[in-house]
Amino acid sequence: MSTIAAEVNDHAHDDHGPAKGIKRWLFATNHKDIGTMYLIFSFAMFLVGGLMALVIRTELFQPGLQFVHPEFFNQMTTMHALIMVFGAVMPAFVGLANWMIPMMVGAPDMALPRMNNWSFWILPVAFGILISTLWMDGGAPASGWTMYPPLVLQTGDAFPFLIFSVHLMGISSIMGAINIIVTIMNMRAPSMSLLRMPIFVWTWLITAYLLIAVMPVLAGAVTMLLTDQFFGTSFFLAAGGGDPVMFQHIFWFFGHPEVYIMILPAFGVVSEIIPTFARKPLFGRDSMIYAASCIAFLSFIVWAHHMFTVGMPLSGQLFFMFATMLIAVPTGVKVFNWVATMWKGAMTFETPMLFALAFVFLFTIGGFSGLMLAITPADIQYHDSYFVVAHFHYVLVPGSVFAIMAGVYYWLPKWTGYMYNESLGKLHFWLSTIFVNLTFFPMHFLGLAGMPRRIPDYSTQFADFNMIASVGAFGFGLSQLILIYVLLTAKKGVPATDAVWDNPEGLEWTVPSPAPFHTFDTPPEVLPPLKQEQHA
Amino acid sequence: MKARWKPKPMLRQLVLILTSLAATTSTARADWGLNMPEGVTELSKETYDLHMLIFWVCVWIGVVVFGVMIYSIFAHRKSRGVTPANFSHSTMAEVLWTAVPVVILLALAVPTAKTLVRLEDSRDPDLTIVATGYQWKWHYRYQDEDMGFYSTLSLDSLEARRKQSGIDPFTVENYLLDVDNPVVVPVGKKVRLLLTSNDVLHAWWVPDLAIKKDAIPGIINETWFKAEQVGTYRGQCAELCGKDHGYMPIVVEVVDEDAYRAWVDTRKADDPQFAAR
Ligand code: HEM
Ligand SMILES: [Cu+2]
Ligand SMILES: [Cu+2]
Repeated sequence: MSTIAAEVNDHAHDDHGPAKGIKRWLFATNHKDIGTMYLIFSFAMFLVGGLMALVIRTELFQPGLQFVHPEFFNQMTTMHALIMVFGAVMPAFVGLANWMIPMMVGAPDMALPRMNNWSFWILPVAFGILISTLWMDGGAPASGWTMYPPLVLQTGDAFPFLIFSVHLMGISSIMGAINIIVTIMNMRAPSMSLLRMPIFVWTWLITAYLLIAVMPVLAGAVTMLLTDQFFGTSFFLAAGGGDPVMFQHIFWFFGHPEVYIMILPAFGVVSEIIPTFARKPLFGRDSMIYAASCIAFLSFIVWAHHMFTVGMPLSGQLFFMFATMLIAVPTGVKVFNWVATMWKGAMTFETPMLFALAFVFLFTIGGFSGLMLAITPADIQYHDSYFVVAHFHYVLVPGSVFAIMAGVYYWLPKWTGYMYNESLGKLHFWLSTIFVNLTFFPMHFLGLAGMPRRIPDYSTQFADFNMIASVGAFGFGLSQLILIYVLLTAKKGVPATDAVWDNPEGLEWTVPSPAPFHTFDTPPEVLPPLKQEQHA
Repeated sequence: MKARWKPKPMLRQLVLILTSLAATTSTARADWGLNMPEGVTELSKETYDLHMLIFWVCVWIGVVVFGVMIYSIFAHRKSRGVTPANFSHSTMAEVLWTAVPVVILLALAVPTAKTLVRLEDSRDPDLTIVATGYQWKWHYRYQDEDMGFYSTLSLDSLEARRKQSGIDPFTVENYLLDVDNPVVVPVGKKVRLLLTSNDVLHAWWVPDLAIKKDAIPGIINETWFKAEQVGTYRGQCAELCGKDHGYMPIVVEVVDEDAYRAWVDTRKADDPQFAAR
């Protein structure tokens, strides 16, 4: 095959460009191409999941049932969550990892490029299957993204396809994680010690271990669902001696680390951006790493805080409550370190910095509601109400999603070679921030006043806040059109310098903009000094 | 079609949100549904107090952290011609902002654990009701009375909830929060609630009683409440249970002892549905 021949020749003239046409993408092994595909795919899923959210918010605009039937409403909430979690947020971070980790550690590519190709191309298949269930008999899955039995076993024809697509997503994530770990461990520039690695690389290293630890657990849980449905087992069926609650334990043993899988790389992105625009070294670099590790460890022993109402022994409830409260400590350390990084800096407020600052503010609000949810007696009131919906959207939208956007604006000039349109970026930021709060803040009130989550219609006392939330959701959705425009025009405008920003830290800024197809064919001999080493 | 747009309450609400950000008073909470209800049991009040405690703790931490951040954003900007400092460590600060949160958390953990212990203590009840979840209604059996009944969404809500029913939900009293047969319990008595399900998971939630507990097939869950105040308290199923999950409300009527006895007796005598179970 010609590609093999090309690779054999690699050493002779190592500047060969990408393949032409569709082959470049189908057979891609270049980390930059694969990173681009991940990012485009996740953005497409973000829009699809977003449209589903707008269906939900349209129905909830007023009390009464105007647009969809309850069964379809449940399909929308379920699909929205699955698509956003596994299709938008996770692949976006993998895309950033693909693009940036090799450049940040001075490696020529990911360690396992062909597996890299697979881990990406499995995803469109998985989501093709998942989305196709919408047209199957009985409709798409409607049991919530948590897939609790016995309800999930009432899914129609979609059921085995749901399980299969979750398996595929898991395989993709595990392969991606293996690739990231091997790259970081084996392909760093020789002079880059572990503690000297950029924070984004660190947070991804920890995330990758989390992924390898918990994705198989999810796969096991859904496989047990499958055998319960089709092969006569009774893992979760009370009638056969099984226990429906066991599924929840297994699911959340995956699920809680999963939420940190979605936030640790975000911490990494923000920790890269704030020092650049504060023109100051990251405060407490080592403690950032320790805090992230601590969070990762704790995330394995708090899962049952999602289950305070299932009927647990008192000692169990106390344990999970204390463990959950503990997570606030390393999370606090992170927030304080970011603030200390800003302190006495010389800040400017380009779009990436704006998103990063909003992240710190709004993620912290989500952390506060998390702390409130940790208080078990209060959680008994909050649980499965809109208060929880408010909590996880604060940590996930102005949290993870804002961090992704911050990262995209931050590294885009490195990718394209041109500065994006700064005024449009700022407009995108301000509209997103205003509307995200308009959407999700009122949900705290709704939950406290007693509105359960996952309902298509509600009693009239909840009407006002729901109307506000729906207006906010449409505003947020429309604001993303600006991002689309900015991305489509990203290859025009003022050419970017190699450093792009004012003296940013890291190897990625030493290569030309746009970054050539191959970077660091030979590892860099000397690393640029860390900021804290510079004037000392 | 009748106009459903109700601008006035919404504006009022907006104003209220803004003012209540500055000052929360107990009347504001009760009237406008911004906050958790204090409820009518001792434990619901304790829960409410814990909720407010942790809320204010968060507010104060927020004031400090966001205060510093906002100050920094205004003072430490390049456009003011500052030169950036170069520090990146301060052992003092780092120890402090690890230790102080630990102390705050410990202080929070003690009262929380105390309430939790009391919540779990369902010994010596005055009466026991078994609530069973069905797709999509509740069944209640009064163990000591040898009677039981189903409780489903009331008829007027049932009609109005149909897709494009043309009925304005605002014209339906207690839209989606009313049932044909409410649960009736005596005031000041410890009611033990045993929960299970006939099909999928459900959850029994009445905010004023500060109770939420899952109804799980094959498992009997236990919880309890002691309502201190006569009245009608409404709640909903809180665990996704299929298409009509939003339509299986819970209504608890707390009445005095005599009214309770009278209710039991007439129900048993008059209504075969009640006596049968
Ligand atoms: C300070 C740290 C945090 C604490 C103490 C915390 C605590 C909690 C608790 C106790 C719940 C269960 C609430 C209930 O169902 O009753 C919960 C739900 C949730 N949290 Fe967090 N959380 C924290 C941070 C995060 C982060 C960083 C994320 C993700 C980026 C996250 C995502 C979620 C999600 C998705 C749910 C809801 C899952 C579902 O039921 O569908 N949380 N959190
Ligand atoms: Cu969790
Ligand atoms: Cu339900």
